[in-house]
Amino acid sequence: MIQDMIAIIRDYWLLLLIGQYPNGPLGGLANTLILSALSIALAFPVSILFAMARLSKSPLLRWPVTALVYFTRGVPLLMLILWSYFLVPLMTGADVPSFVTMLTTLVVYQSAFLSEVVRAGIVALGPGQMDAARALGHGYFGAMRYIILPQALYNMIPSIISTFVSTIKDTTLGYVINVPDLTFAASQVNNQLLTQPFQVFLILAIVYFIICWTLTYFANRLERRITRRRAGLSSLPVASLVTPSKIVSEQL
Amino acid sequence: MSGFDLSEILGNPDYAAMLLHGIKMTFIIYAGSWSMAMALALLLLGVRLSPFRFGDPLVAAYVSYHRNVPTLVQLMLWYFGIFTLMPSGVATWLASHNAEAIFAVIGLGLCQAAYFSEDLRSGVRSVGDGQMQAARALGHGYVSATRFVIMPQGVRNALPPLVNHSVSLFKNSSLAVVIGASELTHAVKEIENLSFRTFEIYLIGTVLYLFFSLVIMSIGAYLSMRADPARSARA
Repeated sequence: MIQDMIAIIRDYWLLLLIGQYPNGPLGGLANTLILSALSIALAFPVSILFAMARLSKSPLLRWPVTALVYFTRGVPLLMLILWSYFLVPLMTGADVPSFVTMLTTLVVYQSAFLSEVVRAGIVALGPGQMDAARALGHGYFGAMRYIILPQALYNMIPSIISTFVSTIKDTTLGYVINVPDLTFAASQVNNQLLTQPFQVFLILAIVYFIICWTLTYFANRLERRITRRRAGLSSLPVASLVTPSKIVSEQL
Repeated sequence: MSGFDLSEILGNPDYAAMLLHGIKMTFIIYAGSWSMAMALALLLLGVRLSPFRFGDPLVAAYVSYHRNVPTLVQLMLWYFGIFTLMPSGVATWLASHNAEAIFAVIGLGLCQAAYFSEDLRSGVRSVGDGQMQAARALGHGYVSATRFVIMPQGVRNALPPLVNHSVSLFKNSSLAVVIGASELTHAVKEIENLSFRTFEIYLIGTVLYLFFSLVIMSIGAYLSMRADPARSARA
């Protein structure tokens, strides 16, 4: 059993790592990580804008974004993927690779979730920070840029890592539209071997576990450190130090 | 595209039957995995709360595994992997009894149990130590203090995350389509293949998921309201 698994890894490690590359598209674990990293990198600025829109006084900004966030959180990710699979080629009028379709979906999906994290981070700071910044002569955007966001985002680092972990897990759904990621590579291996599906999928589970567990562990360590540092640096009541990841720790 | 037209799908009895069957299967999978997850979560919580420490690392490992491995991969491992390892008698029986749905329930239930047990544990942990001491001082034993004093408060505290995770379990039930269970997403894809009314059928599917998610959230909101101590004090 374990020997079978070692043999599979020995024979197929390259396929699991980078897919068919360079004879085909980049795939495997490399593609999973690139897809996750890209979607977080793109979703992050969008989520800040979403959060600011949701906290804005103007209903014109607040309502559409709130509706979008509620919609995204109420619909299964799989359904959103099917929507993009159908809508993205229709809107661009071109043959879109499944990687781009998946990236689009993940950016929309993670922006909605991250925006709630950012919003919680800003709300957790308390209104005094904004009042003080405005009193010092900052405009709204200046205060956001120099006072609110740096503090809120720093407190949010652990939650962002958690979101990254869930993005890695979400990329597996690209399987449905044949995104060449790690899950796809594993099912290719399974199709070639045919006789050892348990071993193949156990390897897959273990690889995901190692990556996600490491990141989760790192996020927890960081969260403790941030809480400690905040507690040491200021004499604010502890209630205002609740990090946003406590509020939005697990995604819906 | 020949214009937006829902009537072709809603007016066709075959499609309507497929949709209804999909909704039914989604609810069977949801109810099955929810009950399984809750039962297992209570068991895991019992191990965690018991004064015997040796079970704790096992529960922690269980939770950690299920939280760090994608749900889809867990479903694949069950359906493509463990299914094939089963003795042929069991496998044959399962294959003739909708194995896809059974493994969807097992996979989702085991995975969700990890989330539910953590929700319950954080709820119970937020009940102050004094509650247990007071209950013991009143003559309750450990088990009856847990049963009558700690758990009612702990579950009440755990309600909001439990509701969130119940909604996410409902949405995750759509993953069962990957292992071939004929639930709602499956019905949507089938009808799309047959009717080519892509936009319309996705819209129907999406609205149905949104609607049922909202129903689950409202049930949660109702339970939270019922469990509100201020309200029960008035009653």
